[in-house]
Amino acid sequence: MNETVISVRNLTKCFGSFTAVNGISFDVHKGEIFGFLGANGAGKTTAMRMLCGLSYPTRGSGTVAGFDITREGEQIKRHIGYMSQRFSLYNDLTIWENMQLFAGIYGLTKKDTDERAKVLLERLDFFSERNTLVGSLPLGWKQKLAFAIATIHRPDVVFLDEPTGGVDPMTRRQFWELIYEAAESGTTIFVTTHYMDEAEYCSRVSIMVDGEVRALDTPTRLKEQFAAESMDEVFRTLARGAKREEQ
Amino acid sequence: MKHNFLSFVKKESLHILRDKRTMLVVMLIPVVLMVLFGFAISTEVNNINVAVVAPERTDGVKEAVDRLANNSNFTFKGYIGQERIDECLRTGKATAVVVFAADYDRLAMQATEGVPVKPIIQVILDASNVNMATSATAYLQSILLGAKAQQAMFETRMLFNPQMKSAYNFVPGIMGFIFILVCAMMTSVSIVREKESGTMEVLLVSPVRPVKIIFAKMIPYFTISCVVLVTILLLARYLLGVPMSGGVSGIFALSLVYLALSLSLGLLVSTIAGTQMAALLISAMVMMMPILMLSGLLFPIENLPKFFQVISNIVPARWYIDAMRKMMIQGLPIAAVWKECAILLGMTVSLLAVSLKKFNDKLE
Amino acid sequence: MRAFKVLIQKEFLQIRRNAFLPRLIIAFPIMIMLIMPLIMTMDVRNVNVTVVDLDRSTTSHRIISHIEASDLLTLVSSTAEYGLALQALEEGRTDVIVQIPAHFGRDLAVSTPKKISINANAVNATKGGIGMQYVVQTIARTLAEVRGEESPVNIQELITTENRYNPTLNYRHYMIPALMIILFILICGFLPALSIVGEKESGSIEQINVTPLSRFTFTLAKLVPYWIIGLFVLTIAMIVAWLVYGLVPVGSIGLIYLSSMLFILVISGFSLTVANFSDTMQQAMFVMFFFIMIFMLMSGLLTPVDSMPRWAQYITYFLPPRYFVEILRSVYLKGTTLVEMWHNLAALGGFALLFNTLATITYRKQV
Repeated sequence: MNETVISVRNLTKCFGSFTAVNGISFDVHKGEIFGFLGANGAGKTTAMRMLCGLSYPTRGSGTVAGFDITREGEQIKRHIGYMSQRFSLYNDLTIWENMQLFAGIYGLTKKDTDERAKVLLERLDFFSERNTLVGSLPLGWKQKLAFAIATIHRPDVVFLDEPTGGVDPMTRRQFWELIYEAAESGTTIFVTTHYMDEAEYCSRVSIMVDGEVRALDTPTRLKEQFAAESMDEVFRTLARGAKREEQ
Repeated sequence: MKHNFLSFVKKESLHILRDKRTMLVVMLIPVVLMVLFGFAISTEVNNINVAVVAPERTDGVKEAVDRLANNSNFTFKGYIGQERIDECLRTGKATAVVVFAADYDRLAMQATEGVPVKPIIQVILDASNVNMATSATAYLQSILLGAKAQQAMFETRMLFNPQMKSAYNFVPGIMGFIFILVCAMMTSVSIVREKESGTMEVLLVSPVRPVKIIFAKMIPYFTISCVVLVTILLLARYLLGVPMSGGVSGIFALSLVYLALSLSLGLLVSTIAGTQMAALLISAMVMMMPILMLSGLLFPIENLPKFFQVISNIVPARWYIDAMRKMMIQGLPIAAVWKECAILLGMTVSLLAVSLKKFNDKLE
Repeated sequence: MRAFKVLIQKEFLQIRRNAFLPRLIIAFPIMIMLIMPLIMTMDVRNVNVTVVDLDRSTTSHRIISHIEASDLLTLVSSTAEYGLALQALEEGRTDVIVQIPAHFGRDLAVSTPKKISINANAVNATKGGIGMQYVVQTIARTLAEVRGEESPVNIQELITTENRYNPTLNYRHYMIPALMIILFILICGFLPALSIVGEKESGSIEQINVTPLSRFTFTLAKLVPYWIIGLFVLTIAMIVAWLVYGLVPVGSIGLIYLSSMLFILVISGFSLTVANFSDTMQQAMFVMFFFIMIFMLMSGLLTPVDSMPRWAQYITYFLPPRYFVEILRSVYLKGTTLVEMWHNLAALGGFALLFNTLATITYRKQV
């Protein structure tokens, strides 16, 4: 259970004179739900983009699924799924067409794709809606679909950037059920969120402030460490010292 | 309120200035167009490649070929054999091939003595380029037959443009085109982008009146256009030597009217189009195409089929370009183009009214 | 291979679902091919002439009636006052003023007469120049005739001309291949750029970038649909040219398609490269517009490259459409063969390789 899937040392990203991510180090283990918390502008998305091979680190090193994030970005991409903060499936394609597209890109055969898509859609109760254009779906559905597509190729790690932003509480619960199911089947989940109740569901949580990781442990131990009642309190204690304004 | 308005203008200007590449291109387009039309492109035909077929290179033939080679309208490509005529024309090595008769010297002599003879020179032209072929025929006839003597009967003058610069004719056209591009196209796209990204709603719920927001959006584009206008006029005067003897004030006044018209067109498009792509396509199809084709910019209106001549009346650029030609090249005062001015003013007022009405309707 | 297939499917689905594009792809070429040849006539006809006749002799009447009879010239009026004629010219009612001096006819018979003065409105230099030429030729012919009644040789008949490839001097035939090229430039030049920048703006390109899809496959999948669309547009255009204007290619149709395939690759590759450097549609549009403007004006589409000054001709060697304009016109109208055009084809191939390599390299999945 302690196999390391993501390992990061001293990871740094600068944009000009601005240091978005400043020397972060951590490990994520297989099957974990790793909560990656921080205020807006703390550097979460930048860090995540480096892990996904979308962005080169300025300094530092790291591996994801056993591959180096600087040199082997394309190999990493075979083993991860990614759901961006901004909904980015094709609005002018149907649910089914989007699934075919992404499964095809990952090299699934037509037969595999059909089976996998059917399983995923039936799990979401979307199967009858498979010919609906994605653009016309309500946000909650879109997010669940985006998650399904991020896992269509059975990746080792799934990166979720604020997957439940703007979604109603009911759908949020359903979404977390999906996350748990994926984690139980051995997929590592790397998730950023603003909802502190969601942080409680994570195996371990890191909290970023001003581009640095200020705390990293299980929710229970973090609460003990900061003598707090809830993760919300932990977060506020840490975030109080932030120098960066919200973007 | 005044303060609010200014802060909107500032926001818009910053927004535009930040996109340096687009700004650069917008400023470069008129300059490059002026240089190209002024110095690179000429609708006149010259440097016609000509090859010669002469069974015997006699003195008479050589003398005629010398005249050809020394003429600035032609580039002499050398002697070729009869069998290569078609190949040379087909590959474009020559546009015209001049074939001299076998006993050219003798026949030419007889002709000057007044003895009727059969044709002594055959000219074979690549007529795929019609203008080139027509001009080549005319030039060749006068060179080969030494028609200089006849030319002496005429005294020719090219009025308003003695050096025959084709650029003169294009400057007003370029203006008519650029302002639509900057004012209408850029404004419409930028308004629609705000609609797409949802920031328009944020602006509309602010206490500033919607019309003011729209004007605030237009002011930076208006300013850019004024800079472009001055650039074009300076280039036209000092680089191309367009006379503009009719006075600059009239040119400015009418251009301002045209700018206002272009801005209202942009606003109108933005109320119709839902996406940037649609705004771009509508601008391109409904505004750019007619201007390029029906305003007399490239193709003279009197050459158009009757039907299109009638349609060209509703293209604002046509009237603007017409008036500008008269003022800039012929040097007429603004009073001489009152008709064009009146039409443009009328179009501006009605377009502005329609687009503002549509804009307000959309809000409710 | 599977990835490529699903990507192509996706591109076509997106094009089909777009409200504008399918109509654009079918209607635009038809419209352009139907309307433009009627409009794009740069040949000068209907030159309006006003004659100021101060002579009023049989000779001057003969000149006037010849002008009236000419296909290219239209006699607007004949007056005795130069002022009136000049006013007509300023107002655009006439293009050329011919003034025949007093006693011209009498003097012509005995000695050298005073010169006939011809003034042309040169605001439009082309029209002024060609109009002037027509008038001079017409009058020269009249005078030759007047004199020729004494001499048996008609000097004009010493030269015969043959207008090969376009014996009727139909200007439309010259413009139709150019229009096809304009269609390629507009459709295969703008659409790929807009499609990529559209994906950037909507964020969907990020979802692609996080997959193991290679840049080459992605670029190729963006190219192929416009390649097919371009050939479809070419086919429509050729059918219209045949049905409406009766113009069929003299040369090989295969060569036309081959060179078009290369050219579409060039222009789409260029478009993709521009898109890779642009963040917004407006930016992509303006940058593309800038280059397309230079392409259209300088590559011989509208005015011959040979007539440009030397320095401008050197620039044209860097403009890919220049090579294609030469190929398409020669093959379509003159029947030039592959062997005769191989260097132009090679140049196009080179540009295709260059731009598409650039498009692939400049497409960054990781920044």
